[in-house]
Amino acid sequence: MCLAVPCEVVEVNGRIGLASVDGALREVDFSLLDGVAVGDFVLIHAGFALERWTEADVVEWKAMLDGTWSGETP
Amino acid sequence: MRPAGEQTPGARLVARIEEYSSRTGRTVRLMEVCGTHTMVAFRSGLRSLLPERVALISGPGCPVCVTPNGYIDAAIELSRLPAVTIATFGDLVRVPGSGSSLERERANGAIVEVVYSPTDALALARADPSRSVVFLAVGFETTVPGIAVAVRTARDEGADNFMILSALKTMPGPMRALAGGGEVAIDGFVCPGHVSVITGASVFAFLAEEFRIPCVVTGFEDLDLLKGVAMLLAQVAEGRSEVEIEYTRAVGMEGNRVAQQVMAEVFEPCDSEWRGLGTIPGSGLALRERFAAHDAAGRFGLEVRSAPPASGCRCGDVLRGVLTPPQCPLFDRACTPATPVGPCMVSSEGACAAFWRYGRRPA
Repeated sequence: MCLAVPCEVVEVNGRIGLASVDGALREVDFSLLDGVAVGDFVLIHAGFALERWTEADVVEWKAMLDGTWSGETP
Repeated sequence: MRPAGEQTPGARLVARIEEYSSRTGRTVRLMEVCGTHTMVAFRSGLRSLLPERVALISGPGCPVCVTPNGYIDAAIELSRLPAVTIATFGDLVRVPGSGSSLERERANGAIVEVVYSPTDALALARADPSRSVVFLAVGFETTVPGIAVAVRTARDEGADNFMILSALKTMPGPMRALAGGGEVAIDGFVCPGHVSVITGASVFAFLAEEFRIPCVVTGFEDLDLLKGVAMLLAQVAEGRSEVEIEYTRAVGMEGNRVAQQVMAEVFEPCDSEWRGLGTIPGSGLALRERFAAHDAAGRFGLEVRSAPPASGCRCGDVLRGVLTPPQCPLFDRACTPATPVGPCMVSSEGACAAFWRYGRRPA
């Protein structure tokens, strides 16, 4: 239930906007994050953006998914 | 592309886990307290990769599972009132209460709408002011801020037909109860990643400092979970107890301040009943007085009473990590996903559902 997914913001209209999950668009509420802009990657849970990811975060996440990750050193 | 013959990151992590495990020289019991971690652990097959002496046990991390029967009964009572629409996350619909479920009530004519977001429930209220829309507010810190925003928006708009029935809970209380209860030996906590996005990892410091239990806030990809387990084992092997963050791409020590502020503005701590753990002081969230117009229990004069679990149901023991799902006499007999007796078999993140789907041995 605490599932949250990273999505790219494609539209911002005040405190709401649209984010893309692999091309599927979803309305998102940005009330919990200041200064969200188009192109940001945000973590979305139940329609709300909870956190912003840096480009390095997105690169790490994608590397985990495609098997090229090398950050396993604890 | 990885050169041929090079180990995968997962294989390297498993090797590291085996190395730390042999250094500890004993069985290490790690508890995950997030239903999403439970599901990842089963779906990925991670449990089968761990050494025999590393046990991953599920704790009270599924909000639907820890919600007691009395709350379900209250929601059902509300659904039977005229001009009331129940709006809820999907998992709750099939959870049996004492004598019925919302699914059964819907079949009998109650209006029960499954929503993705609390703002969807608010939209239902705006669309039909003649009906009271009651959102079943079940969840932990991850979910609370969005619900707080929806309530505050409804107050600002004067949408008094939008209400919530709160069973919202916070995680530190049950983790303290488990750590201090002595019923289950816990050598480390895989701390919930998305709860921590809101609270910050520092909320678990008391576990490391007071109870000397290692904590690692962990993400939700398969490799995140493997790395989180490796980090916990490293702490155990080296005799450390600290709060560490594996899920650095989303979690810091302080959390989301904006979310914390809106939570504190709309809600205040209250005592809360947890299935399997009883009433834990200060572990729930109730609407503050200035938002009383949006409190369904107050508006309808409804009391959420304590109600016993279904006969034979051992979900409470599963949620404390005392019992594994197959040890429950009802598991895969009277209780299956098609005919669930307890919530741990209903919720997509329940330990019983995860075990039933991924953990059973072929006949």
